[in-house]
Amino acid sequence: MPLELICPAGSLVSLKAAIDNGADAVYMGFRDNTNARAFPGLNFDEAQAAEGLRYAHDRGRKVLLALNTYPQPDTWSRWTGAIDRAAKLGMDAVILADAGLMRYAVKQYPALRLHLSVQGSATSYEAVNFYREHFGIQRAVLPRVLSLPQVENVVQHTDVEIELFGFGGLCVMVEGRCLLSSYCTGESPNTAGVCSPPKAVQWTDTPTGLESRLNGVLLDRYGKDEKAGYPTLCKGRFEVGGETYYAIEEPTSLNTLDLLPEMLKTGIAAIKIEGRQRSPAYVTQVTKVWRAAIDAVKKNADAFKPTPAWQAELNKLSEGQSHTLGAYHRPWK
Amino acid sequence: MNLSLGPLLYYWSRDDMLAFYEEAQHWPLARVYLGESVCSRRHLLRLSDWLELAEKLTAAGKEAVLSSQTLIESESDLKTLRRIVSDGRFRVEANEWGAVRLLSEAGVPFVAGPTLNVYNHETLDVLAGLGAQRWLPPVEMSRATLASLLDHLPAGMETEVFAYGRLPLAYSARCFTARHYNLPKDDCQFRCLDHPDGLLLSTREGEPFLTLNGIQTQSAGVYTLIGELPALHELGVASLRLSPQTHHMGRVVEAFQATLAGEPVAADALARIMPGPAVDGYWHGRAGLEHSTEQHA
Repeated sequence: MPLELICPAGSLVSLKAAIDNGADAVYMGFRDNTNARAFPGLNFDEAQAAEGLRYAHDRGRKVLLALNTYPQPDTWSRWTGAIDRAAKLGMDAVILADAGLMRYAVKQYPALRLHLSVQGSATSYEAVNFYREHFGIQRAVLPRVLSLPQVENVVQHTDVEIELFGFGGLCVMVEGRCLLSSYCTGESPNTAGVCSPPKAVQWTDTPTGLESRLNGVLLDRYGKDEKAGYPTLCKGRFEVGGETYYAIEEPTSLNTLDLLPEMLKTGIAAIKIEGRQRSPAYVTQVTKVWRAAIDAVKKNADAFKPTPAWQAELNKLSEGQSHTLGAYHRPWK
Repeated sequence: MNLSLGPLLYYWSRDDMLAFYEEAQHWPLARVYLGESVCSRRHLLRLSDWLELAEKLTAAGKEAVLSSQTLIESESDLKTLRRIVSDGRFRVEANEWGAVRLLSEAGVPFVAGPTLNVYNHETLDVLAGLGAQRWLPPVEMSRATLASLLDHLPAGMETEVFAYGRLPLAYSARCFTARHYNLPKDDCQFRCLDHPDGLLLSTREGEPFLTLNGIQTQSAGVYTLIGELPALHELGVASLRLSPQTHHMGRVVEAFQATLAGEPVAADALARIMPGPAVDGYWHGRAGLEHSTEQHA
């Protein structure tokens, strides 16, 4: 089975960078809260989406549209309107999380290909097969919680193609099942398409260090020699039982390059790169390294070894300049 | 409106769990949710024990409901789920969509739990068509959004709202309690047993923020809608879910029952037996950790 490389496109420039550097497909969102990266200045209006589709299709690549937040009753038509536009534009697939929205898409556009978003929180083949039977999904993106043997078990028990995250920001929690951001700020990925939103962030220089706060809640305090990162709620330092530490997760990124041969053996269909909010330079570099790595592993999985140059390149792009194998590697848990 | 006792989210000793449900038989509850919904490693009560408790509570006049595990990772998690579904004597709360698949295939009516992410009419309608007879909105849902959703409900569907307790906010493959003790999850030594109300996480300036409960993260604040019962009633909510805590749970149930019966809201008395500060921001469409003062008025 071919192993596809799926890269993030937060803008037209990033989309072209991903395609030019070897992405098999890119994923994008419209410019509103219908997707889980609803950041100011990011994403596509209809004209840009059409241009992006043309660029990708002219080169034989695909464009997927993320519509992976949960529609609210009063704004339901914003989500169905986005499905309508996706179908009209000729998107190669829409990535959905909400069952009600899937039902709408199937009914209105039976030919539109559906992917289950990571925000749909399906971690077992029973859940994946539910969406297959009822809505005919073709692919599911698994939350970053399963070990590779568990992923393989899912692959073996479903006809649905499985896509895994390979690189980028790391959600420690099951995607779609995390309300920490709305508990702190009122906005969560599920409803608002944001986590730890920039508008709630405050930085203050104090005599005891640089403080980062989210809606007033102190997430971390940095000493003179410490590098301050974006204050994502779950990656702050907190006190538990008299100890101050990264109680949930360090500021680190996912990088599974070392596991690529094992990932290939599980029979997954695609590897996804996180980071629609990152720069075109990030997209260029990550796509280049992963294209080379996937080509190498497909040629000879047994002899595959990530080159030091690839790892150095990816480390430069990682949050906190460090990386982890995440849940795919059991000891992380 | 009537009262439900939510599933026990913490891990207690076998004796403590059995004693808790012994007492619960006498509380003014319409239904009790049973079973381990958080962590598959917690086994001091086996499924057979939970089923026995369900029989006892049924005999005491309560509806017993079995809550399924929220995060399914392994084949053995699925095996447990299939056993719960196939027992058939009790209703099941589906807490992820794999359980929905198995329950609808088996033709067993079910409760759609709060982690199924029902945010709109269409998804609720999908669940109704599959056999859901009762549902819980996500705990972050505001009164305004719930009101929009409840302007029309699928026929026969009852609504239950999480109305008291620390809010279950997130689930992970990682165990944060084991991490605190520098133990691997597979050899966690069941440290959750030492923290019957979870492990408090505070900010570096000492503000209580979250509660670590194994793979689950909860709020440090205690969500309480005791001041909102008339509004809940008006919306057409059928039941209120009260989430178990170690101490004084019977008094919590009684406080809600008294308020339902028309007695003045006992918010201050309730505050004295809560394991943390009161919060209700979600209900008012704000950050969950906020607290309105109007309920004391």
